[in-house]
Amino acid sequence: MQALSSPEFWIQQLINALGLGSQYALMAVGLAMVFGVMRLINFAHGTVMMASAYIGLLLLQQGMPFPLVALGAIAGAAALGVLMERIAYRPVRGAPDVVLLLNSFAVAVLLENVAILLFSPRSRPFPMPEVLTRVFHPGGNLFLPSIHLWAFGGALLALGGLGLFVTRTRLGLAMRAAAENPTAAQLLGIEIGKVTVLAFAIGSAMAGLAVLFWTAHVGTINPGMGFEPVLKAFVACVIGGFGTIPGAVLGGYLLGALEIALQGLLPAGVVGYRDALVYGILILILLVRPGGVLGYLEAERV
Amino acid sequence: MIGPSIRREWSWALRGFLVLLLTGAYLALDRGGNAYLQRLAILFLINLMLVVSLNLFTGFTGVFSLGHIGFMALGAYASAILTLPVNQKAVNLPDLPAPLASIALPFLPALILGGLVAAIVALLIGIPVLRLSGHFVAVATLGFLVITRVVLINAEAFTRGTRTFTGVPPFTTMGWAAMWALLNVYIAWRLKHSPLGLRLIAARDDPWAAKSVGVSIGQMRLLAFGISAFFTGIAGGLWAHFLTAFSPNAFYFSKTFEIIVMMIVGGMGSVTGSILGTLLVMAATEALRNLEPGLAVGSLTIGPLYGLSQIGLAVLLMLLMTFRRQGLLGDHELRFEAIAERLERWLTRRKTALEAPRVRKADPELKEG
Amino acid sequence: MDGPAVLELRNLEAAYGAIRALHGLSLTLGPGEVVALLGPNGAGKTTTLRVISGLLRPVRGQVLYRGDEITGRPPATIARLGIIQCPEGRQIFKNLTVRENLILGGYRLRDPARERRNLERALDLFPMLKERLHHPAGLLSGGQQQMLAIARALMADPEVLLLDEPSLGLAPRVVEEVFEALAQLKAQGLTMLIVEQNAEKALEIADRAYVLEAGRLVLADAAHRLRENPDLIRIYLGR
Repeated sequence: MQALSSPEFWIQQLINALGLGSQYALMAVGLAMVFGVMRLINFAHGTVMMASAYIGLLLLQQGMPFPLVALGAIAGAAALGVLMERIAYRPVRGAPDVVLLLNSFAVAVLLENVAILLFSPRSRPFPMPEVLTRVFHPGGNLFLPSIHLWAFGGALLALGGLGLFVTRTRLGLAMRAAAENPTAAQLLGIEIGKVTVLAFAIGSAMAGLAVLFWTAHVGTINPGMGFEPVLKAFVACVIGGFGTIPGAVLGGYLLGALEIALQGLLPAGVVGYRDALVYGILILILLVRPGGVLGYLEAERV
Repeated sequence: MIGPSIRREWSWALRGFLVLLLTGAYLALDRGGNAYLQRLAILFLINLMLVVSLNLFTGFTGVFSLGHIGFMALGAYASAILTLPVNQKAVNLPDLPAPLASIALPFLPALILGGLVAAIVALLIGIPVLRLSGHFVAVATLGFLVITRVVLINAEAFTRGTRTFTGVPPFTTMGWAAMWALLNVYIAWRLKHSPLGLRLIAARDDPWAAKSVGVSIGQMRLLAFGISAFFTGIAGGLWAHFLTAFSPNAFYFSKTFEIIVMMIVGGMGSVTGSILGTLLVMAATEALRNLEPGLAVGSLTIGPLYGLSQIGLAVLLMLLMTFRRQGLLGDHELRFEAIAERLERWLTRRKTALEAPRVRKADPELKEG
Repeated sequence: MDGPAVLELRNLEAAYGAIRALHGLSLTLGPGEVVALLGPNGAGKTTTLRVISGLLRPVRGQVLYRGDEITGRPPATIARLGIIQCPEGRQIFKNLTVRENLILGGYRLRDPARERRNLERALDLFPMLKERLHHPAGLLSGGQQQMLAIARALMADPEVLLLDEPSLGLAPRVVEEVFEALAQLKAQGLTMLIVEQNAEKALEIADRAYVLEAGRLVLADAAHRLRENPDLIRIYLGR
């Protein structure tokens, strides 16, 4: 473990946290958008990420240049999101929370096992272009994986664009309105169906972008890779403020920082329990301040 | 017309018939020697316990516990650690703390202790978590599942971490499984029709009204949670001593999903529904699992089809959510009286069709204009 | 009433599951008219508006807009025709700013020029909104929220404005302000259907009124005649 006093250590942790936080923020935003318009916790969000990675791999194997591969993966994620909304979620729209939750599980399990069917459960390497995987070594103990910088830049662009979209465009405003009060929105002529599809498409595309960075970080893909990201995305949403875009973004970065901090500060014997601590904090927040840092929503107590 | 007294006789006859059937099946399987069927039967009984226990909580209270398999894991590991012979422990679990390392308990006490460990943990986490509602409690319990897994993987001294926990003595016989399953079903049944159960169900259906009557829902839910966890832990112990080797991966999302589908198929809140649901889903998944290595259609071979059984479960769940959320029985029970009534009606209808004199068609001129 | 009816309800029957809320309601709304729909709690007034706006499909009966049947069409479609409802309880978007709420009101128009014009007009009518343009709408008082809801509805250039209980939960002085604004709108020729429990205020501004009780129409008359009607006073004991 590096000396806590060295500035190198803190810069390192900061870069790591920004990189990881950017990934979480992108993943969490998609989850928040879907929850906003449908009150649905989309467990299949993670499997969309997984599918996007496989689409990317297939495109790569066709010999396409990487930027097109990335675009293709993101577009594939968006398309899959729209398809999911149509087939799996629209038929049960308006049903009790539990039904929606179970349905989203079913979709997640279905997609994951279809991937197992098509691609086998083994992990596959996903070769990334050198520019993404390069690690800068300015000296001493400082290692700057460029992927973190890419993730941060990518997130800045994507989330910035999303922010402009939901505050400056009519359609974006309509989406926020529909998320807050679908009845009032309809009474003004906003078609909830169209807005929902849009939320799924954008949310899934964000996740598709996130998974590119995630894959570059991990190096391989497998059918079960979506499960952990969706849980982390959920934790991020709860930490920041559930169901809202700003909450998701804030939560993503806070979670990234939290994980990096725990990773760096926990003694060696306990560091394996890091994830358990993170989920423990999740439960704690649900109990103490369910609205998260930004405090939007009150979880009903019975 | 056949009267109610005969109906009662019928329903007792049905009960007797069922007991005979079950005893016959048990003896046939036990003595008969078809290892595959025996294995399925024991798995059925264990799954039945898992589903009935989950339903005992989720069905009656309406609160979705996604972490229940965590209790199964606790029961499995606890009881296995307790029964593992001392010399085996020295080899497999060299870092196990002293008091545990030197004892090896017989099956029943180990099972019960495993169940108690699960129950105690349930009560501890239940106190805070059960106050949440809707999807929040579902996700909190999912968090519990994940936490359990992380702990199991990291507490290597106790669990061998991600490596397979082997050498568990194969204590589980059909007799043990049947006995515990019966006990579980009986307790679930009695609970459902007890004042506690009725209050829980009332609170589930109308939380605000139940609150106004001054019913302490929180404590009752906690109790149900504890009982449910206890039997889930026992089921875990039975499972551990049946498979004799396992790792934390067995207690994660696919098992959770499997149990949930079984519960939904039968009907949330229905004990007999759980029995039917488990049976049907196991039959379906076994059939699909047999197809997984691949199938031959004409001269084509399709396969291997890994994950087909899980796909089947997922599709089934989605169909149910769209078309029949209450599953087979909703939260009603299959009653012998109801079956007897159906039988009676079916039989009398056939009887009257055969014996009744042919009725003349009404003469149009006789009718009042 | 001059000219063909803008809105016509024929024998509407509506239910929530097994519970009948409307038993064969018929009414008309002419161009430029202000019609009040009165009655005690649970009489079916809100249900009527929900049916008109497409939020509830009637069991039987028809809703006609300028002679065309619109029964059972989706709510967004009906709003785009120009039938705009100010629902019960304001239902403004609390997390959005006042300005964003107003912009959303003009959603159906898709015309930035009209939107700007309507925004100016709305702010002229409700000047207190001008000062709070960038505040989150949830921070406004009850009366201000009601003004915002009406202003937002006006942004859509409604052909018909449906108002559900505009006085609900507001102090008497604020109710005065709200109805003053409505009177101005009436003077500008806006066709309105106002559901109200406060019969007195409603009858001041309405041309005609219908009275519902337990889902049935029990009285229908010109507003000034209804004000003296003893049956009405009986129905509204103490109001």
